Amino acid sequence: MVDLNRKFDVLVIGGGNAALCAAISARRQGASVLVLEGAPKFYRGGNTRHTRNMRCAHDAATGILTGPYTEQEFWEDLQRVTGGETDEELARFMIAESKDILNWIVEQGVRWQPSLGGTLSLGRTNSFFLGGGRAMLNALYRTAEALGVEIMYDAEVIDLEIDNGMFLSATLKQRDGRISVRAAALVAAAGGFEANIEWLKQYWGEAADNFLIRGTPYNRGSILKMLLGKGVKEVGDPTQCHAVAIDARAPRFDGGIITRLDCVVFGIVVNRSAMRFYDEGEDIWPKRYAIWGRLVAGQPGQIAYIIFDSTVLTSFMPSLFPPIKANTIAELAGLLELDPAALERTVAGFNAAVRPGTFDHTVLDDCRTEGITPPKTHWARKLETPPYYAYPVRPGITFTYLGTRVNREARMLMKDGKPSANMFAAGEIMAGNVLGRGYAAGIGMTIGSVFGRVAGREAAKHARN
Amino acid sequence: MHGTKILDEADRLMTVCNSCRYCEGLCAVFPAMEMRRAFSDGDLNYLANLCHACGACYVDCQFSPPHEFNVNVPKTLAIARADSYAAYAWPRAFAGLFARNGLAISLIAAISVAAFIFGFAAVNDHAVLYGIHTGPGAFYALMPHNAMALLFGAAFLYVILALAMSLRAFWRDIGEPVGMKADAPSLWQAIRDAGELRYLDGGGVGCFNDDDQPTDRRRLYHHFTLYGFLLCFAATCVGTLYHYLLGREAPYAWWDLPVVLGTLGGIGLFVGPIGLLAAKRQRDAVLVDETRTGMDTAFTVMLLLTGVTGLAVLLWRDTNAMGPLLALHLGFVFALFITLPYGKFVHGLYRFAALVRYARERRMMAGGVAE
Repeated sequence: MVDLNRKFDVLVIGGGNAALCAAISARRQGASVLVLEGAPKFYRGGNTRHTRNMRCAHDAATGILTGPYTEQEFWEDLQRVTGGETDEELARFMIAESKDILNWIVEQGVRWQPSLGGTLSLGRTNSFFLGGGRAMLNALYRTAEALGVEIMYDAEVIDLEIDNGMFLSATLKQRDGRISVRAAALVAAAGGFEANIEWLKQYWGEAADNFLIRGTPYNRGSILKMLLGKGVKEVGDPTQCHAVAIDARAPRFDGGIITRLDCVVFGIVVNRSAMRFYDEGEDIWPKRYAIWGRLVAGQPGQIAYIIFDSTVLTSFMPSLFPPIKANTIAELAGLLELDPAALERTVAGFNAAVRPGTFDHTVLDDCRTEGITPPKTHWARKLETPPYYAYPVRPGITFTYLGTRVNREARMLMKDGKPSANMFAAGEIMAGNVLGRGYAAGIGMTIGSVFGRVAGREAAKHARN
Repeated sequence: MHGTKILDEADRLMTVCNSCRYCEGLCAVFPAMEMRRAFSDGDLNYLANLCHACGACYVDCQFSPPHEFNVNVPKTLAIARADSYAAYAWPRAFAGLFARNGLAISLIAAISVAAFIFGFAAVNDHAVLYGIHTGPGAFYALMPHNAMALLFGAAFLYVILALAMSLRAFWRDIGEPVGMKADAPSLWQAIRDAGELRYLDGGGVGCFNDDDQPTDRRRLYHHFTLYGFLLCFAATCVGTLYHYLLGREAPYAWWDLPVVLGTLGGIGLFVGPIGLLAAKRQRDAVLVDETRTGMDTAFTVMLLLTGVTGLAVLLWRDTNAMGPLLALHLGFVFALFITLPYGKFVHGLYRFAALVRYARERRMMAGGVAE
């Protein structure tokens, strides 16, 4: 049993990559550390349990990375995906630190492997966790426990006592009441609010009822809300979240990676009225992957259907649910509860508009349509070989951008711009500082490990002084 | 739909896993899975036998229970694997021996031991059975060498036939032609992979037992057991060669090759099975096929008893206990041998064949084998 009457040097709220990196880093500096994870043990780690890799700069190929990825190139990628919505000083600091993280994280027991089958495009930039995100988490927990970090699960924090930018205590809900937990410093690493449907509704209205959440139901953003309510400066667009199109048959929460669908380019996408609504051939992975969640969210009922024919059935990664199958377009429409005549019209119109070309899904090829709106500007091929297939898709919310402002010590800044005396933040809760919008594979883990390590170190330093 | 419910479940899991692939680096099962999009019964039996039951994919899986996707690959493949042993048994009439394998093996062992004891007592008078025999040919005072060679030779030939027929059925079912041309590099790769139990290490951290802390102790005890068994087998082979080629009769001096090999092997068959039995007891029930504990235990105990009685014969061969101990030892060895095709032993056979196929597939994917 953890003795909650003592005052800890560092209190870490959260239980994912950032939280554990902070806990380990603080403990290695000699601090006493308590980790409060709001989820049960199985669901510990928030979104980390669904991750699989980390993007780190490196000057030369390694045993598992196929070539160099310089700081400058990383910075340019980040600028591109965020459209400039990033704090350059923090971003460059993070990128520089990421180089050493490649080794530091291994010292904490995490093991790397080359990029997974079907992800060759990341082989140079991203290091993959052997066994995936949960294996990574398990390693961090084992290391933290061995070092003497105290860990509590199902530990829901319901209040924070903060006085003029100074953390005093956290109120922990217990079966029979509540208890106050004191610490000299706080590291908030409790993620975003993507699983908090009521909060999402503030920006998305009733449409949020049709969103599927890709991670656990525990990412409710309660710590973020408390901090912002008690004077911490916010960063990132509160209305924005990262959304991809996932199988509509996925569970409401925690469907993870296996419900994702990446076959938009191989067919057409129609809405509830059996109408196309966006150029399916606009761009290559991963950009196209990241826009379709938002596009589907904008359609009536927040649902759409990817329609393709038998010629491309094995051209993309398999996913959890089999596609819905029929011998005619009309029959397929019936199974999808769409108007058969409307879907037949849409497919016939699309087929008639397809111009001849040479198909190559790895480049922006010359297969395109002419004379329809919206056009399909690449990879357009007729849907004419039965059986026909469809995947129903809905927006799958991965993470939110709203967070706490921090400086390069991972120290939170208050609304007046002054640094907090003893409050630090790491991971998704402050990701908006460097990732104001967009996404690049593996960058969430970079943010978590780099700022987690820094936050733990700085928190321990504060506690010792 | 597949032949059995468990294969249906294995199919469902392989579809989940093929959509995720996070476990790709842990062992051979997942890379082999990725080479397919649909799974026949044979494919699933191949994957089931390729699985070494290290448990890492369960501990690492974000969808294992209590998650609603309920992904438990080690347990599902363990059940499918045990089912496959019965499915490939030859002759088919003996497949039922797998149903209550612990009981079946125990009964056969008891009958075998009893037969040797009664046999020794029936053909030898009291003085011979409890007499002290030393020097070359001492064992054969109790059972003539030719009788021993005939009995064990016949049993050995039958076992080889039954195992070969079973292997043939497995090889066919997993979709490889029976007359596959010799593929030495794949065989050599499989020998190395099996020899070091490469895929029982959870991708490097060790295998999982009673909790989420990995260790390497099952691998270590399996090495003791396997190499102990092989050393004992080698001892028997060397002894046979001594007898027929050099005309030298057992028992041999403690420093002679058959005794040295047999002693080392006996120690392996003592330490290894005890370690495996202990690990088995402690293992998290969520990872194993609990209905087949009897099969695993029976084979492990048979190896242990073979090792222990062999060592006992060595230690007390110069006393009047030698006769009864030899009967006991031969009884267990005989029972062990004739039940090899109908017990846990076959796991090694099918897993080795699966490793050969995996090595072959890898090389084909890399363009190393022309079809």
